Amino acid sequence: MNLLELLGYFNYWVFAIILTVGLYAVINKTNLIKKLIGLSIFQSAVFLMYITMDKVEGGTAPIIQAGVEDQVFSNPLPQVLILTAIVVGVSTLSLGLAMVVRISECYGTIEENEILDSD
Amino acid sequence: MIFIFGLFLLTLLVITAIAIVRTEDLFVAVMLTSIFSLLMAANFFILDAADVALTEAAVGAGVTTVIFLCALALTDDKEKPRQGSRWVTFSTVGVLALLIIYATFDKPRLGDPDAPVHQHIAPWYIEKTTEYIDIPNVVTAILSSFRGYDTLGEVFVVFAACIGVLFILGVSPPRKSRQVTEKNSGLRHHLIPQVVGRLLIPFIVLFGLYVQFHGEYSPGGGFQAGAIIATGVILYALLEGEAEALRAIPRGVLLGMVVGGALLYGGVGVACMFMGGAFLDYSVLAADPIFGQQLGILIIEAGVGMAVCGALLTIFHAFAAREILS
Repeated sequence: MNLLELLGYFNYWVFAIILTVGLYAVINKTNLIKKLIGLSIFQSAVFLMYITMDKVEGGTAPIIQAGVEDQVFSNPLPQVLILTAIVVGVSTLSLGLAMVVRISECYGTIEENEILDSD
Repeated sequence: MIFIFGLFLLTLLVITAIAIVRTEDLFVAVMLTSIFSLLMAANFFILDAADVALTEAAVGAGVTTVIFLCALALTDDKEKPRQGSRWVTFSTVGVLALLIIYATFDKPRLGDPDAPVHQHIAPWYIEKTTEYIDIPNVVTAILSSFRGYDTLGEVFVVFAACIGVLFILGVSPPRKSRQVTEKNSGLRHHLIPQVVGRLLIPFIVLFGLYVQFHGEYSPGGGFQAGAIIATGVILYALLEGEAEALRAIPRGVLLGMVVGGALLYGGVGVACMFMGGAFLDYSVLAADPIFGQQLGILIIEAGVGMAVCGALLTIFHAFAAREILS
């Protein structure tokens, strides 16, 4: 396997690293906002994986141009799925943040261990 | 050349992600999240996903950052240092990362045209879009017509999340700690943001409208347009204070947009049924089935745009209107 072939997997390696960085923040951090940031990093990693799969060599964005024959297009389907997922992601993220704000008002802290202690 | 640029961007992405997790200042973390989203958008663009790049840039780098900052203003922007060992977590996620990397060697490499994902239904979509719908942007065609059910579901999720935020933040904060804070007047006394912002806002909104109504021909559509217009209005709210933004677009109008957008989408589907087709089968909307499809896509994209814009702004106002407790 030569170097260029190996680099064809580079996107997936970055996906793996970002995914686990996000997961690390979710597991290890006690701050609730930091956990949510970790969750959104995790989510972005999944987006990256889907979009990496859509690429076709020599392809272009899937917009058909009139009069141009034999165009190669990248796969539009993962793009559709991720496009809507991004907008849904921000809505669910704000739902989580709203809960954190309420927790902060009731407990006076957003550190998970302090919340557990005061219960 | 573009390949090397991609490697560079991906490396930056990893560095940013690690920096986000390492920093203990949440304000810094949120700012880095914005940069992370921008890098991610550039990556999506390199991978031929123009529509997704536009969405990620508008939503990830724009709206998400502002909502995070609103939440930080209401809570605390410093993270307490954590005691105890982190090595257990560290080794667990390390092993997981290595396992995933090991698994990727079974995946087809980047850009392989024979990969299974390109064999199934995607070629059919690309081939038939011209025949059935005749709009250039295949992504929009799939989003709003071929897979219209999915998109309807997503719009309802956005709607439900918006209602959820209103419910959670609608309760007034605990009485005992309530304190009157000074009136939020935005950046009214800062000259440079005022001048630049006032210049930018009309063009942001104009671009949003272009993206909305040109979504069939170029990257864009309701989701992107809704997010872009929302960022324009949020910028206005940051410059002039939240009250001014609410005077320009009152809460009732925003809620009307959320509900109306979702209803418009569902309504088109029901209208299709009444006119003799299946749910969300736009071909029956006009005498010419292709024109019917285009008409249906135009209307539901407008519904999506309204719902997304309204939902994001409602969420923003719900956070911004919350009284700051000390």
